[in-house]
Amino acid sequence: MAPPLSFIQQREPAGDGPLKTTVLIIGGGVTGTGLARDLALRGIESVVVEKRDVNAGASGANHGLLHSGARYVASDPAAAAECRRESLRLKQLAPHCIEDTGGLFVAVAGDDENYIADFPGLCARCGIKAQPLDGREAREMEPCLSERLIAAYRVADAAIDPFRLALDNMAHAVQLGGRLLRFNAVVGFNLAHQRIRSVVLRDDITGRSQEIEAEVVVNAAGAWAGEVAALAGARIPLLYSKGSLLVTGTRIAQRVINRLRHPSDGDILVPGGTVSILGTTSERSASPDAIYPEIQEVDRIIDQGTAMVPMLATTRYIRAYCGVRPLVSCGEACDDRSVSRGFALIDHGQADDNPLDNFLTITGGKLTTYRLMAEKTADRVCQRLGRGDACRTQSEPLPDTVAGRWTEPGLAPRTWMERGNPGDLLLCECEMIPQAVVDDLVRTLARQGGAASLKAIGLRSRIGKGPCQGTFCSQRVAAYLYDRGVWQDDRGIDELRAFLRERWRGQAPLLWDISLAQAELLEATHCGLFGLELDPVDPGG
Amino acid sequence: MAASLFAALRGIDTIQVGPVGTLPFASGLLDFIGVHPVRTGRWHPNPWEAIAQLRQDESDHPYAVMTTREMRTAWKQMLAFLTDSGLPYVAHPERNMRMINPVGTVKLTYAVPRSMMAADEALRRRPPCLLVDFAGLKGFSARQIAARLKLHWPALRTTRLPIPALEGELQPERLARFLERRDHCRELAKAIKSRLAGAQAVGLPAVVGLHRAGPHFDLIQRRLGVPLFEIPTLLPSVPGRRLLDTFSRQLPRLGVRTWYQYAVKQAQIRADGALHFRIGSAADGFWVQSRAAILATGRFLGRGLHAERTAIRENLFDLPVHQPDKRGQWHHKDLLHPDGHAINRAGLMVDARFRPVDKDGAPRHPRLFAAGSILAHQDWVRQKCGSGLAITSAYAAVAACAQIPRGLEGTHAP
Ligand SMILES: Cc1cc2nc3c(=O)[nH]c(=O)nc-3n(C[C@H](O)[C@H](O)[C@H](O)COP(=O)(O)OP(=O)(O)OC[C@H]3O[C@@H](n4cnc5c(N)ncnc54)[C@H](O)[C@@H]3O)c2cc1C
Ligand SMILES: Cc1cc2nc3c(=O)[nH]c(=O)nc-3n(C[C@H](O)[C@H](O)[C@H](O)COP(=O)(O)OP(=O)(O)OC[C@H]3O[C@@H](n4cnc5c(N)ncnc54)[C@H](O)[C@@H]3O)c2cc1C
Repeated sequence: MAPPLSFIQQREPAGDGPLKTTVLIIGGGVTGTGLARDLALRGIESVVVEKRDVNAGASGANHGLLHSGARYVASDPAAAAECRRESLRLKQLAPHCIEDTGGLFVAVAGDDENYIADFPGLCARCGIKAQPLDGREAREMEPCLSERLIAAYRVADAAIDPFRLALDNMAHAVQLGGRLLRFNAVVGFNLAHQRIRSVVLRDDITGRSQEIEAEVVVNAAGAWAGEVAALAGARIPLLYSKGSLLVTGTRIAQRVINRLRHPSDGDILVPGGTVSILGTTSERSASPDAIYPEIQEVDRIIDQGTAMVPMLATTRYIRAYCGVRPLVSCGEACDDRSVSRGFALIDHGQADDNPLDNFLTITGGKLTTYRLMAEKTADRVCQRLGRGDACRTQSEPLPDTVAGRWTEPGLAPRTWMERGNPGDLLLCECEMIPQAVVDDLVRTLARQGGAASLKAIGLRSRIGKGPCQGTFCSQRVAAYLYDRGVWQDDRGIDELRAFLRERWRGQAPLLWDISLAQAELLEATHCGLFGLELDPVDPGG
Repeated sequence: MAASLFAALRGIDTIQVGPVGTLPFASGLLDFIGVHPVRTGRWHPNPWEAIAQLRQDESDHPYAVMTTREMRTAWKQMLAFLTDSGLPYVAHPERNMRMINPVGTVKLTYAVPRSMMAADEALRRRPPCLLVDFAGLKGFSARQIAARLKLHWPALRTTRLPIPALEGELQPERLARFLERRDHCRELAKAIKSRLAGAQAVGLPAVVGLHRAGPHFDLIQRRLGVPLFEIPTLLPSVPGRRLLDTFSRQLPRLGVRTWYQYAVKQAQIRADGALHFRIGSAADGFWVQSRAAILATGRFLGRGLHAERTAIRENLFDLPVHQPDKRGQWHHKDLLHPDGHAINRAGLMVDARFRPVDKDGAPRHPRLFAAGSILAHQDWVRQKCGSGLAITSAYAAVAACAQIPRGLEGTHAP
């Protein structure tokens, strides 16, 4: 049964004296939240600090593919086998976060024949099942596939909802005594005697600083792990690889469709509820911040994807987004025994210069292997602490909580229709999200110690993700939040701006055909009529 | 719509083809020009000063191609037409008026329905004022509007009225129809009056009547005894609907043949120079030949322009479209970038007589004209000049069209 909302509780940093905890986890992505749950199940208290919101990093900007491992059989067999084991496990332990769609690998005329020929053998070597299909069978399963197929295999890929996954991990950790501080960035460390004595946080909403003391500090800041480590004087050589993804207006295939070739751009189509997601790219980026899905990437993804699924050339895309993968070039501090090449667990106590005995970094890896990453990290934490039970996430199912519920496409409409209350108006008509869902989210956010911003509501629901691109639902939710007394003063203007700007990042590279007309309506309403681009001063005054 | 009106007023035999475009989306405010230069975001209380400066700064802008006199006549004829047709509009000849938005910002505009007029005065004097909204009307919150305006206007209060007769969601049009009954208006006036508590002005969403709005508005205002004003709502907009109804009722009376159920499916310039249009509904069609044509087909939303992944095209004649070189230049990465998006200035380039021209400046056809938002070198969204541009350029295009020999030789063949 779903635990009640009150489990997601929040203790604000107190005004006087540093906060204390056993383990401080930096980063509220799937790794950080997964680690918090793992530790909690071992009886170890932790606090997660996140500079923005849960899944603000790569965990909220990925493909949502629960890898069978087949993609990595040639390039990284160890990671492939890891994916196989972990995906199987997650299907059993977190089925509510997963749609077990199955997947196909398909090659089209012109694709590398050697790779195709080697594929079944490579899969077998990693223990990955790949069942050969002929072109007709494959097209019967997925009619959208190209008629130019020359090979097809069926594998055990699946789709996973990363938002639900992280929110449920966090909710379970909180239920067991863990804590989450959102909008709190780590801005510095106080060091003494080869240890981190305390960590300095800055509250993004109040601007206040706060110190927190922990026995062990884990840096789970994903692509920002290098920046965070640098604040403690530790060096992690990181490179950044940006990947962009496109969301289609409708669901194009029932299964995951992979291109049967060396991993490259635009070669995976993953179903995500009522939509499909096409991607990805891999572009070196100078920093993990200020990244955009660029127009040339969008065009490349579509051109490549079209070879597998021709209708991708003409389908409507509703959004583009991108995330950054950290690439770790492991130095001597890297623990090669306990980790595969898929992720890096760095024990800074073993560094040659500036060793820090109570500081670990976990970065890289995959969504699919987040549990394993958390397990290995928690093992090392327990070793440092000299206490803690054995890992339980290998067998303990992940509880299904309310915190993650509204991100599931179709859930809000179903619930609305079941409740059938005519007074419960739909604030988002594209995704059918009623007032009651917004009320729910406002309550959840309050318990997590945050204010209900439009962006935070958007992260936790499908508001703004439908074809109107946020044109109407943004203002409807704003009006509603004023009516409910959640917002006061002129906050609404800044909220609308921030929300629409955020949505725009994903719309701007996809604006042609109908989407461009929709964007025209958006700008006509919010700039033409409301003048949101202008300083909202009384223009006559 | 404006072009048909001006053509009819000149006695030109006119057919207007096309489904209703963006008019039902319009707020009812008729902007002339509010902001110039776009980059500074400077509001202009006096539109004529803004036009004078604009003409100096942007010599390609459609406003720089027409005369002040044409503009004044266009406005005069348009406002007189609307008022005579039972949808009174008001404008101060020399200044923009202040209007309130549903998000609580204030905007400058030129001409407004009489039912919105009192907002201008109220914003200036800021008397004790009551803002009313209705339970069930989404996206319109008096509290939201007041929350922002209160910073400058402390004497603003709000109230929410239930409409027990209408359960559940209130679409603006449904509410507007409901308020077309005098007894409903009287009840509303009574409910508001009981909450006035000294308010000297009352604002409510623009939903007082759809077809016969004026008398109902007057009735409520009379009963309240204080100035009343409507505030635009989110779409679908009742004031836009009123405009649409007025045009579609009145234009046929002026002799325009209005074919709103049809669209132009194909347009040709034949070897002899004649303009031919295949007009059709979904299934069938027929050809019409016309002496002259005005393209007022709008932009992407109106479907005058179409954007493919690589380029922008004009839909009917495939006329050359002024546009940025690459899609990468169409939009800024920031939605609210102060410069505005380059794509908004894409469109048809015209000569001094509003005829679309090729890259070398030669008109494509001597009797083919263009007007409205399809024109290049303007950004109506950021310059706040949507309706004004449509009205004045329609007037200028019709004036140019009227200079060619009269008569429209329509030949229909099934
Ligand atoms: C384009 C793309 C597609 C992908 N697709 C897949 C896929 O289909 N399947 C799969 O298995 N994996 C996929 N991955 C990989 C997967 O998304 C990541 O491995 C995973 O999300 C990493 O989670 P994380 O928690 O380690 O990092 P993140 O999710 O990036 O979390 C790090 C967090 O740290 C926070 N932070 C940063 N600095 C600070 C600070 N100073 N103080 C406090 N907090 C801070 C950030 O805000 C962020 O929320 C993809 C990755 C990318 C980029
Ligand atoms: C949300 C919104 C808010 C607005 N707010 C304001 C405001 O506050 N103030 C203001 O002044 N203006 C406002 N406007 C702008 C104004 O309403 C007009 O959109 C603008 O002036 C452009 O008018 P237009 O006639 O050139 O184009 P459109 O209104 O787009 O009209 C084009 C017409 O051409 C028709 N058409 C296209 N192709 C064909 C074809 N092949 N055959 C037949 N017919 C065809 C279309 O159906 C349509 O009727 C707003 C617009 C929108 C969308």
